[in-house]
Amino acid sequence: MTRTFLSRNPSVLWFLLALSLFTLGVTLMSEATGAALISTSFVKTLGKTLCLCLVALAMDLIWGYAGILSLGHMAFFALGGYMIGMWLMYARTEEIVVAAMANEALPATALEIRNGIAGQIFGVVGASELPPVWLFAHSLPLQLMLVVAVPGVLALVFGWLAFRSRVTGVYLSILTQAMTLALALWLFQNDSGLRGNNGLSGLQNIPGLGHVPQATLSMWFFWASALALGVAYVAVAWMMSGKFGSVIRAIRDDEQRVRFLGYPVEGYKLFVFTLTAIIAAIAGALYYPQAGIINPAELAPIASIYLAVWVAIGGRGRLYGAVIGAAFVSLLSSWFTGGRAPSVNLGFYTINWVDWWLVLLGLSFVLVTLFAPKGLAGLFDLAAHIRAPDRKGAPLGPDDGALMEREARK
Amino acid sequence: MNSLLEVSGVSVTFDGFRAINNLSFTIGPAELRAIIGPNGAGKTTFMDIVTGKTRPDEGKVVWGEMAHSLLRMSEAQIARAGVGRKFQRPTVFEDQSVSDNLVMALRAPRSPFSVLWWRPKPADMDRVQALAAEVGLAAELPRKAGELSHGQKQWLEIGMLLAQEPRLLLVDEPAAGMTLAEREHTTALLVELAKTRAVVVVEHDMEFVRRLNCKVTVLHEGAVLAEGTLDHVTKNPQVIEVYLGR
Repeated sequence: MTRTFLSRNPSVLWFLLALSLFTLGVTLMSEATGAALISTSFVKTLGKTLCLCLVALAMDLIWGYAGILSLGHMAFFALGGYMIGMWLMYARTEEIVVAAMANEALPATALEIRNGIAGQIFGVVGASELPPVWLFAHSLPLQLMLVVAVPGVLALVFGWLAFRSRVTGVYLSILTQAMTLALALWLFQNDSGLRGNNGLSGLQNIPGLGHVPQATLSMWFFWASALALGVAYVAVAWMMSGKFGSVIRAIRDDEQRVRFLGYPVEGYKLFVFTLTAIIAAIAGALYYPQAGIINPAELAPIASIYLAVWVAIGGRGRLYGAVIGAAFVSLLSSWFTGGRAPSVNLGFYTINWVDWWLVLLGLSFVLVTLFAPKGLAGLFDLAAHIRAPDRKGAPLGPDDGALMEREARK
Repeated sequence: MNSLLEVSGVSVTFDGFRAINNLSFTIGPAELRAIIGPNGAGKTTFMDIVTGKTRPDEGKVVWGEMAHSLLRMSEAQIARAGVGRKFQRPTVFEDQSVSDNLVMALRAPRSPFSVLWWRPKPADMDRVQALAAEVGLAAELPRKAGELSHGQKQWLEIGMLLAQEPRLLLVDEPAAGMTLAEREHTTALLVELAKTRAVVVVEHDMEFVRRLNCKVTVLHEGAVLAEGTLDHVTKNPQVIEVYLGR
């Protein structure tokens, strides 16, 4: 009982060790800081994967631990990306506009610069004024605050409405999906003020760091993503190891009983929902500068469903499972859909993986759900010789705890 | 008389069926009471109303010295006010250890923020040890609750109820699935608890009620049919007709 957090959770140390080794390995092999064994674009892919691992961690917290199958967390992820993207695009365009106006006879006024930026950014949707949502886009600190605040407040309001009316289970999943769909449809409109279906682009160019090569920038973002994942992992593991985690898992298993213990269940759900939305938003804010572009398609409901699939394949209910699932499936997915996977020629039909990858993914999802509910993380149990009892067959005694036929046979 | 819980004129209808019909019930701060009645008499609905799970259509439920109405409070608020409930089927958190179950039930602040920073103090763990010893689970603390036998789960739930330190205990068929020795232990425990708090026991088993040796309330069709000692109510011809006669 008096053991420390780390000795009770050895997996945290193992995870940190693996993450550090991975980060070190990539650092030593990258173009900017090592032997140039892997390309800058692959470093970016790996950095983005770390961000996906981070959002999967949030998904595991809300689904695996709290039992709320949210199909809208990628909306928070994308919102985080939009918020940071607004500053990136504004400040970068400002640099260009100022440079262009520097040659004119009269020095440009602040209004002229502002109009120039608006024309540059919004010319593509036929507008020339900055919409009100871009009010803070000139300031990095304010926009960074919005990365947390916008998804946080959205999750708080949405969660408050949903949990207060005791919407649970599949109905809640549908509601979250409707939320992300509505948000995506709204963003697709040109007059939403976020460039409609063009989205925000050129996010890989960091304002003020034009002289830094992309190879170096990609390493910086890779390190930041690894750090964010490590910190979030420890924080979430710490939260879940105490009484708070106990209550959260209890809510997943029998929320009515938790109410009768005196815990305000709705408050706990709202807390976790908002916290995970913020984690997702931070992951998104680190992801999109590496991706370079964000558009409303990123909020499509399918993105959030993928997130659930990653966590399910990785093994929900344990944090490293979610991380492994996200890393494994998203890397595999980019390998298959990148056209690098060799096609399989069956003679009468050629399996082209770009088309068939989704079928394979769907099939593995079904198989994992049916035959390996613990997911990839279950492999660690197998290695550690932990086996869940096979409780099938008829009970041999009158009590609930009695051995079942098949157990007794072993 | 100074009462802890006063239910007066409560009625509730489910789809036209009157589950509770103008029910009135009072219990003092340190009293043991048994509620008996045939199936469908409204025993469980009565508990649901007191614990806030079901809202009555009319009537009053008044709690404590300050005479707060329980009808405007949520289940969690009522539980925090001091109403503990034990279900007929043992409902413990099977995926968690016996000790985690007890720690969760311990009387402590319940808001997410205070729970987040809560860490067990030696006194808390001593209390968990003492509770586990009281319900005979001292050796099972690190085990998962799901591995316990049916009887042990019953005891764990009683332990969790004790950890909450409620002022009113609502106990639904505590003796179900227990051995004779365990029943005697349960009886002794309930009688002991009723010295310091109110205990309401819903029970089918007449022998068990007799051993509790307390005032009995007979429910029938959602209303109180008779009240008094067991001998008194069993002599009531109406009671004999609707319940004991069958």
